[in-house]
Amino acid sequence: MSRFRTLGGLPLENHYGEPAPGEFPYVRGIHPGMYRDRLWTMRQFSGFASPEETNERYLYLLKQGQTGLSVAFDLPTLMGYDSDDGIALGEVGKCGVPVSSLEDMETVFRGIRLDEVSVSMTINSPANILWAMYLAVAEQQGVPWAAVQGTLQNDILKEYIAQKEFIYPPRPSMKLVTDVIEYSARHTPKYNPVSVSGYHIREAGSTAAQELAFTLRDGLEYVDWALERGLAVDEFAPRLSFFFNVHNDFFEEIAKYRAARVLWAETMRGRYGAREERSWKLRFHTQTAGCSLTWQQPYNNVVRTAIQALAGVLGGTQSLHTNSLDEAYALPGEEAVTLALRTQQIIAHESNVTAVADPLGGSHFVEELTRRLKEEAGAYIARIDAMGGMIPAIERGFPQAEIASASYRYQREIESGERIIVGVNGYAQAEERPLELLRIDEAAGERQVAKLARLRRERANGRVRAALDELKRAADEGRNTMPEVLEAVKAYATVGEICGGLREVYGSWTETAVL
Amino acid sequence: MSQRIRVLVAKPGLDGHDRGAKVIARGLRDAGMEVIYAGLRQSPEMIVNAALQEDVQVIGLSILSGAHNAIVPRVLGLLREKEMDDVAVIVGGTIPDGDAVELKKQGVAGVFQPGAPLEEIAGFIRRWIEGGR
Repeated sequence: MSRFRTLGGLPLENHYGEPAPGEFPYVRGIHPGMYRDRLWTMRQFSGFASPEETNERYLYLLKQGQTGLSVAFDLPTLMGYDSDDGIALGEVGKCGVPVSSLEDMETVFRGIRLDEVSVSMTINSPANILWAMYLAVAEQQGVPWAAVQGTLQNDILKEYIAQKEFIYPPRPSMKLVTDVIEYSARHTPKYNPVSVSGYHIREAGSTAAQELAFTLRDGLEYVDWALERGLAVDEFAPRLSFFFNVHNDFFEEIAKYRAARVLWAETMRGRYGAREERSWKLRFHTQTAGCSLTWQQPYNNVVRTAIQALAGVLGGTQSLHTNSLDEAYALPGEEAVTLALRTQQIIAHESNVTAVADPLGGSHFVEELTRRLKEEAGAYIARIDAMGGMIPAIERGFPQAEIASASYRYQREIESGERIIVGVNGYAQAEERPLELLRIDEAAGERQVAKLARLRRERANGRVRAALDELKRAADEGRNTMPEVLEAVKAYATVGEICGGLREVYGSWTETAVL
Repeated sequence: MSQRIRVLVAKPGLDGHDRGAKVIARGLRDAGMEVIYAGLRQSPEMIVNAALQEDVQVIGLSILSGAHNAIVPRVLGLLREKEMDDVAVIVGGTIPDGDAVELKKQGVAGVFQPGAPLEEIAGFIRRWIEGGR
């Protein structure tokens, strides 16, 4: 007798109707048994103040039953600056953990075995450096690289499109991304070297169809560059992963994931001739929409997040981050982040939505929405193809302008009252209960600066200089830079020094703003 | 006919999340103001220089990264140094209530937290300018 039953005892099948989940093009999910076989990974994005405090939070989250880690870096690190750079003033440890050298990375993962937990790292322009540090920590722990699991965001295209954390111009950035993809294909078979991200595109104000289209088109750009590098599609495509937003429109979001799987599978098989089934399957992480959270009546955010998370699960996500109720204000406090994790656990263990794969498949409405989103995204992809790919499209500001217009339209709808946001332009309250917020200790930044001063004094500076020179030479000659980046981080060269060296070779990028 | 109000919108600091800044820039433009959008990663010096060159009456700063207490006082200080105290500085973003009070004490004209309607911001600027402040 099946252990899958309704609360009242009715037996449940794996799925209802045709096609079956796990069948090409995977509209109903990439695994035949979906959550019956394996729940999604509950992975809360976190990092703040200092490597020490972040390490403590990770140990706490693992103890609470979280099944994966996800590292948030602070803005200086994301932009390739050290904690003691003048430009980092006031920003060290504010939006994530500062990691300036291998020493900081060692602290972040103290007491956490890298073959026992999969770790996602949200880092883009300096992704090659932070990944090298991660591999160096694995080596110190005696963990073979072949056993290292996890995901590097390493998606630079969406930075030019939406989040704007870029350092170098697009083409050299793409070269560095491809270095990581190539090196990963050779050395870390269980690691995802890119997480092609729609999340930030959506947060910047895009529609669901734009998020879908620009993300998949970015993915194709990485495929093209890796092929150009001489890799075979089936060597790297199985390790490409995706990251989507889940916003408020419940059914549209579910349809978006269904359409994404079909578009990717068809393109990988049809356009690129991928032969391995794993190359066709779009695996994705989901995060609830930060931009949907409100400052007003913050407890309402728990409800929004729960509904969004449910849509992610009904859409077949492989891992999930649920936002905390206080994130319109600040990085989440411990109580808030625990409640966000509990939200996922309630969906997973109490709602019984995990018993049947793609429960909405066959609904006239959801099938039609899936078809429409696929069509709309396909049309965008064709337009970008006609522009010569994503880089020319970015250079002419095409995705940026589409997103800016969509975001302004959305704001106008709120202003006119056509769209109601509960607690903001409807059902507002004068008196509100104040939240207990996480405050980042200003001294954390000062401690980072002191630690770096000591590191710069004590390390073998001759080795650092030699490693940086060799790295610049490799970049200049167009070789894969990963071996040189690894040597530099092991010599305790800092993120700022390494990015600085590469900036000398590649130059830096300033965007022309599109309003 | 009165002259159009001139506003500089800028994003100081390292953060690149410019959705809010762009929406505000567009909204103020639609409200009839002359908007100069300075864009991302503007240092306090760059912002004040641009404000001088563009001869604006208002500087709008969008900050979501928590770095407002380090950045805003430097902008205010530079404005005083250059005797541009008559330029109104308004700040938008994730600014906690206590910090908003403190920033206003230091000379910020207005602080707008998430959810503030465009109309309210445009109205505030108009009243500030008409009040001859």
